[in-house]
Amino acid sequence: MELRDQPIELQKFRIRLGISVIFILALFSILYVRFYYLQITQQDHYSTLAEVNRISILPLVPNRGLIFDRHGKVLAQNYSAYALEITPSKVPDIESTLDELAAFIEITPTDRQRFMKLMKESRRFKSLPIRNRLNEIEIATFATNRYRFPGVEIKSRVFRQYPEKELVSHVVGYISRINDKDLDFLELNNELNNYRGSQHIGKIGIEQSYEKQLHGITGFEEVETDAAGRSIRVLSRTLPISGNNLILSLDFGLQEAVEKAFGDRRGALVALDPNNGEILAFVSKPGYDNNLFIGGIDHENWNMLNNSIDRPLNNRALRGVYPPGSTFKPFMALAALELGKRTPEYSMADPGFFSLPGVKHRFRDWKPGGHGRVNLHKSLVVSCDTFYYSLGNDLGIDNMHNFIGQFGLGKKTGIDVENEVSGLLPSSAWKMAQHKQKWYAGDTISAAIGQGYNLTTPLQLAFATMMIANGGKAYAPRFVKQIQNSKTGETTNIPENLLYTANFKPKNLEVIRNALIDVTRPGGTAAKAGANALYTFAGKTGTSQVVRIKQGERYNEKLIDERHRDHAMFIAYAPAESPKIALAVLVENTGTGGSTAAPIARQVFDYYLLGNTPKAEDDSLNDNTEEHDHSH
Amino acid sequence: MNSRKLTQNKIDIRKIWYYFTRHIDGFLLTFILVLMSVGLMVLYSASGGNIGKVNNQAINIVVALILMWVIANTSMQQIKRIALPIYLVGLALLIGVALFGEIYNGARRWLNIGITRIQPSELMKIAIPLMMAWYFDKYEITLRFRDYIGATLLLTIPVLLILKQPDLGTALLIAASGFYVLFFAGLSWRIIIGLIVLGAASLPILWGMMHDYQRQRVMTLLDPTQDPLGAGYHIIQSSIAIGSGGIAGKGWQNGTQTQLDFLPEQSTDFIFAVFSEEFGLIGNTLLLLLYLIIIGRCIVITANASSQFSRLIAGSITLTFFTYIFVNMGMVSGILPVVGVPLPLISYGGTSMVTMLIGFGILMSIHTHPKFIRT
Repeated sequence: MELRDQPIELQKFRIRLGISVIFILALFSILYVRFYYLQITQQDHYSTLAEVNRISILPLVPNRGLIFDRHGKVLAQNYSAYALEITPSKVPDIESTLDELAAFIEITPTDRQRFMKLMKESRRFKSLPIRNRLNEIEIATFATNRYRFPGVEIKSRVFRQYPEKELVSHVVGYISRINDKDLDFLELNNELNNYRGSQHIGKIGIEQSYEKQLHGITGFEEVETDAAGRSIRVLSRTLPISGNNLILSLDFGLQEAVEKAFGDRRGALVALDPNNGEILAFVSKPGYDNNLFIGGIDHENWNMLNNSIDRPLNNRALRGVYPPGSTFKPFMALAALELGKRTPEYSMADPGFFSLPGVKHRFRDWKPGGHGRVNLHKSLVVSCDTFYYSLGNDLGIDNMHNFIGQFGLGKKTGIDVENEVSGLLPSSAWKMAQHKQKWYAGDTISAAIGQGYNLTTPLQLAFATMMIANGGKAYAPRFVKQIQNSKTGETTNIPENLLYTANFKPKNLEVIRNALIDVTRPGGTAAKAGANALYTFAGKTGTSQVVRIKQGERYNEKLIDERHRDHAMFIAYAPAESPKIALAVLVENTGTGGSTAAPIARQVFDYYLLGNTPKAEDDSLNDNTEEHDHSH
Repeated sequence: MNSRKLTQNKIDIRKIWYYFTRHIDGFLLTFILVLMSVGLMVLYSASGGNIGKVNNQAINIVVALILMWVIANTSMQQIKRIALPIYLVGLALLIGVALFGEIYNGARRWLNIGITRIQPSELMKIAIPLMMAWYFDKYEITLRFRDYIGATLLLTIPVLLILKQPDLGTALLIAASGFYVLFFAGLSWRIIIGLIVLGAASLPILWGMMHDYQRQRVMTLLDPTQDPLGAGYHIIQSSIAIGSGGIAGKGWQNGTQTQLDFLPEQSTDFIFAVFSEEFGLIGNTLLLLLYLIIIGRCIVITANASSQFSRLIAGSITLTFFTYIFVNMGMVSGILPVVGVPLPLISYGGTSMVTMLIGFGILMSIHTHPKFIRT
């Protein structure tokens, strides 16, 4: 070991610093010599190269893939049309040019506003559209006046169109102009080159999630250009490869049937094929016209959509969270059987309320006076609350959470589009983490009938219903059934994605399923919707509370502000013996599941299984004459 | 009374100003700001008059300056205390990237930490010199050969992890910053020369280990015309841009290579070609001088640093700053292979701006905090 001598060390350090200075100066000199070589010695050579640098490489934009429903109905398509475009760098005075152009081509203030916004966001030498879809007269008049407008050109462009607009807007989504955020994302994925020339990118829905399939591969053209950058001659060409077409599992006819059955009401419906998780219908009401977003939406329409009290941009099926209400009971009942807390033979007397031992507070049943003697079968058929209050108390919240979690409630289902929300299936650990509070026995009681902290999306409920219908198979819900290669025309099937299988005893499942069938038969809460069905139809009604009803108060629909009324819910599948379709319906602010949500399910089944088109909103199915209370 | 109050106010403002600026090196800051302004001007031209991009960069600059101010106001004793934790966090994140990192462009560089994605190798650019300087400072009195081995290990492990991502450019630059610490800590000349010889001898082996795209870059450097539409395109177009700029350049916003979009990545790694095309050799001379002035100031600060820790860290930051400039200009002018290295203080992008200014913040802290004298 040597002890270092400080001053000598410092001396050494400074010598090394001096050497660094020499090193830096030497390397900078090398750079300088290189600059001198390029800029003085070789200047003529490179200037000539820059002058004749007329081989520019232009991107050829691929056609975007089309989107079809399962029967080949077009949901997203392309059309080509002529657009009037301006390259700002070549136009000295934009305002006056626009004024002059307006003399023979209609340019609305909205067009103008949109163009100005576009100009601010883009490079000066990029050609930007001022008007799309020129008609033939406009094209002809411009052609004769073209010499007056350097930098203004008519270009043939391909546009996207969604022919079914609001009917499938929450499924298909839309494309819109590429913005800075999209560019960052593309750069991160090293896809910027493939988008040199592309103006649009999928922003939401299938257009977003399947962007990679739909976009295609950009081709390139080597072009000889003049000094101003205009192309004179094409030297070589690599053709673009169109994006792949998507064939959805969605049945557009069914989608339309749902739309009709809903009429003007708000809500959501998700229908799945329980044999593979294919999404047959996916509706969130109201929808919106997704065509508005393609060219960049204008302020007026945006404000209208964004500020509407009906919230049409909100995808209720995917992102709306609601307490599941009594649709939660079948899952509770199965938990009771599987975990040995109840037998099918067990029955209890229902006085119309439940109280925790030693507590005065009464948890009321929706039916004053109760349902008399109730066993598990009857508890589902008449939707008895008291039975589940006491069951919840026996199970405890964590058993409920763990068992019902198998049905995918409170979790993302893994659907093949982005932005799904997870909802909430509460547990004591969750409450401690989230609210720093312990779980109270009373919390369990309201959770047991699907209220309290429970929050599920219509998609999750459909997923859970599918698992009852198919005996525990958790298929990831998916929109896209096949991908068609645009070049070869070959279609590739996307195989079903079985996430896991929950092991339930068949005899326990049988008990639940039998009860659900009786729900739609006389005496059941959905008897009216099930009347005269030509197939067996299993379901469960529910009501999702929007506002809390105070102790001692009764829910009176007529006295409550319309937007604060309960949401009607219904989960169902059919035919019960070999299910082909499983669904969840939510109708906002219309009260009970049996009266408004179940009839929609009936119409959907009639269409899907029998081919009956629903009549426009049927008033006889939508009456309010029966005594309905708020939680069945 | 009124006038007394006035003078009172005056003194207060002066006092506040004093406290606000006492750890800022005015000379260094002035030239940094000059370079940044040049950068914004070039960016405006490079982005084709897109003011949005200039605004974004201005925000990056403000954030970076605030961070610089905070670091400058932190004493070296405090910085020394966080050297080890920062290094360990950086190393843990790098291991995290290797295990759970997200893959973009075939490279595993990003780690998703819930709220945002981070690139831990960026943190290591500061953490490694800090850690190694801390290490040498700790063993300063009893420095033995095996301490150099220890320090080399501190450097090698993260460099190998970054190399494996793969990110050759960043790995080399971080290796260089660590090597500079070793160099200033007194690594024997015999070993340095030995390393250079060994390095030269192992080039063929390195060549064998390189990824195809890396080999491609080297081959392209030797003969860009071999691949004019692929990797050679960058070099050909940037050489044309620089060469056609001539003595005085084509003028701001008049570079045809830039404005007609022949030049790739013109606002980030290749922004120097835009500058060269539009301002010519005169512009290049002034730009090199500006960089030299900043480097010169950094050297003065390094030479006057009082502790071993400060000296090593200052020396490494200075030489690393120089290395960035040299590698970037070298690659854009076609004498070095294309590796993704931004031009300090000029290229578009927030991360490198922040890293650079944290470095300058450390230098300012070294220079303006009272120097304790060893007895």
